Amino acid sequence: MPEKTVIVVGGGLAGLSSTIELCERGVGVKLFSYVPVRRSHSVTAQGGINASIDPRGEGDSPEVHFQETILGGDFLAHQPPARKMCYEAPNIVYLLDRMGVPFNRTPEGNLDFRGFGGTLYHRTAFAGATTGQQLIYALDEQVRRYEAMGLVEKYEYWSFQRLLHDSEGRARGIVGLNMPTMELVAFPADAVVIATGGPGLVFGTKTTNSPVLNTGSAVIRAYEGGARFANPEFVQVHPTAIAGADKRRLISESVRSEGGRMWTWKDGKKWYFFEEMYPAYGNLVPRDIASRVIIDIVVNQGLGAEGEKCVYLDVSHIDAQRLRDRLGGVLEIYEKFMGEDPYHRPMKVYPAVHYSMGGLWVDYNLMTTVPGLYAGGECNFEYHGANRLGANSLLSCFYDGKVAGPHAAEYVQQALAPLSDEAIAEAVRREEEAFEVLFNSSGEENAYLIQDEMGKLMEENVTVVRDNKTLDTTLSRLRDLAARTKAIGLKDKTRRMNQEAIYAREVRDRLRYAELIVVAARARDESRGAHYKPEFPRRDDENWLKVTLADYTPEGPKLSYQPVDISLLKPRERRYDVKDH
Amino acid sequence: MPPKTVVLRVRRQAGPHEKAYWEEFEVPYRSQLNVIACLLDIQRNPVNRLGQPTTAPAWDASCLEEVCGACTMIVNGEARQACSALIDELEQPVVLQPLTKFPLVKDLAVDRSKIFEDLKRAKAWIELDGTFPQGPGPRTSPAMQQLRYTLSRCMSCGCCMEVCPQYDTSRSFVGAAVLSQVRLFNLHPTGRTQAEARHEAVSGPGGIADCGNAQNCVRACPKEIPLTESIAALGGEMVIHGLRKFFVRH
Repeated sequence: MPEKTVIVVGGGLAGLSSTIELCERGVGVKLFSYVPVRRSHSVTAQGGINASIDPRGEGDSPEVHFQETILGGDFLAHQPPARKMCYEAPNIVYLLDRMGVPFNRTPEGNLDFRGFGGTLYHRTAFAGATTGQQLIYALDEQVRRYEAMGLVEKYEYWSFQRLLHDSEGRARGIVGLNMPTMELVAFPADAVVIATGGPGLVFGTKTTNSPVLNTGSAVIRAYEGGARFANPEFVQVHPTAIAGADKRRLISESVRSEGGRMWTWKDGKKWYFFEEMYPAYGNLVPRDIASRVIIDIVVNQGLGAEGEKCVYLDVSHIDAQRLRDRLGGVLEIYEKFMGEDPYHRPMKVYPAVHYSMGGLWVDYNLMTTVPGLYAGGECNFEYHGANRLGANSLLSCFYDGKVAGPHAAEYVQQALAPLSDEAIAEAVRREEEAFEVLFNSSGEENAYLIQDEMGKLMEENVTVVRDNKTLDTTLSRLRDLAARTKAIGLKDKTRRMNQEAIYAREVRDRLRYAELIVVAARARDESRGAHYKPEFPRRDDENWLKVTLADYTPEGPKLSYQPVDISLLKPRERRYDVKDH
Repeated sequence: MPPKTVVLRVRRQAGPHEKAYWEEFEVPYRSQLNVIACLLDIQRNPVNRLGQPTTAPAWDASCLEEVCGACTMIVNGEARQACSALIDELEQPVVLQPLTKFPLVKDLAVDRSKIFEDLKRAKAWIELDGTFPQGPGPRTSPAMQQLRYTLSRCMSCGCCMEVCPQYDTSRSFVGAAVLSQVRLFNLHPTGRTQAEARHEAVSGPGGIADCGNAQNCVRACPKEIPLTESIAALGGEMVIHGLRKFFVRH
């Protein structure tokens, strides 16, 4: 290993992208991941990655991509970093192409692009309908090459527990938990990049996220370690997912960009509601709007398809070979998990919690408020404002590595204060103690049942429609649940791969995450992007064009606000019923 | 009439050196249940079928959409992903066992790091000059993209290794998935420049010659990757590679 080392926590797209950038600059990386990095949750991204290459002469450009990203985010994102990302996107897609990602091709052999939500341009490069999987594989392969060169050490099946701080308060390593052996080990380093994804489990298992990953735990430990949070109240609900007993599975937006139409029965006729309500964008309205429309149709108007909690997503009019080439992976998911043929029968879909626009606050170099701690990917708040556009997440994850990697590589070249043995031993001891308390508890509470209650509360009260009175009661119930975590008793007291013990500690973290979301949502009396309050149905730029900031205190989050950098594009009303707005 | 409950018979083993035993569980039936949802149920209420309190079995999982390969185990005798194993399509009791060709970690969880080590041995990557802008990659026909995409959907799940009579972590054979990855990278215009190094890597012990042509792999692959076709194609490439080497040397 080189003399300078950075710890990367998270082996998804943002973590692997950061790792590659660090290695390329001669910095060694210790890469920690909950699962083998090739199996990270980024594999579930389906539709594609945005880059304005304008292959059809439609007049698209990185500047248009930037403006649509800001508009899609309802003007809550800081504009300079979002603009840089959009300008870098073509280089990123070309780089992934050079890495061997099997992107779909035009007859001439060039990259093919499709449309996506919130845009009228063909901007999204894709590899079938498993683009995230193919991107992860390409990066995993590049990281494996660096591993063979001795620049990367992987720690798979390890969980991040706590930051190590030096005498100047800088992040200087981590305490990790080896999950198979349950050992707690300190790993000093020169800096830390955290790229641990989103908090899907805060909303229970009925999300598009995995019920075993997306725990939200790592960012909460970082928050408790002094890192500031931003915009936690902005959580995206994806309009089209399928039900399942373990999770809801996403049916990609690309199904609609390839011609899929959404409808339900109304007065005995097929009602193509998006096409009627939004003639310009039709089925490709942004996700926040689409999810609210569907839920309104099903819940308030009682027009669910076949009397169920769903509407139709229909591709049965499209040529089957074309569907197989461009959407095969996602239609296979529908076929396998629903046991129905999506090529000939309309699919039944309903919205599900999908993505967090908020996360750790970072500066434009992706450093958090803890010096030496960087955050990339879904776990930061940087580009998506109040609502993320489809196919911008693979882009932002990869781009974050291209920002955090080089900046961290430069940061570690300075002389850093020594990290004392006492500080290291103390950090390990505190984690050991927390586990001992849990193992020795004779309490009667069950961590999984507390999780289920939290998930239900959050799903019912804090997703597409929010109401201040309900938020107040939700907060007090979350605090009751948090108090109950102290009485969790383990059924499993063994000291090898004890998944119950790990889970029990994460539930406590998740309740803290839930509290952050509710407190921030309660305070924001307006409607913007994914945050919608019927009491305050309009966006209120005069009072709320500002980023929510939250700092940890033992009593709960302390909120403050930061103005949004709107230096590049003047806020305007968001409309998708007309073109060129 | 759907059944009221689901009975699962799970092979338990607390660690690689502990004794294995069977334990049965019963969870309430509901529609859309898969094996993972049953395992999640057991976590919430770890009581076995005899009504005795016990511990929940340990298992590995990630995406639960059959694109990551993590939750591979043996379900009713067949190596497959537990997420896409729907209860409605399985006979009861549903028998769950860990993969047998990899070192056991605990219960249903195994250590498949050999797969990743073998991918390293096979240099399964494209040699890039760096991440700095160099324009797009080489042009590729749609037909070649579809072939490469088909091969690139391999999840390194281990199903093909589980059913292979030649594969075992105590032996060096890399298995069908890794050989197919060699083919994948040798098909790429840039990857081809390293084809010889990959051929070297899979020509010695543990390489392509260890394949016994049982053809179980291709039947076991959940992604329908043409593994035997890959091995045959790679074998053809390597004959040419061997001849070339022979003539260069002599």
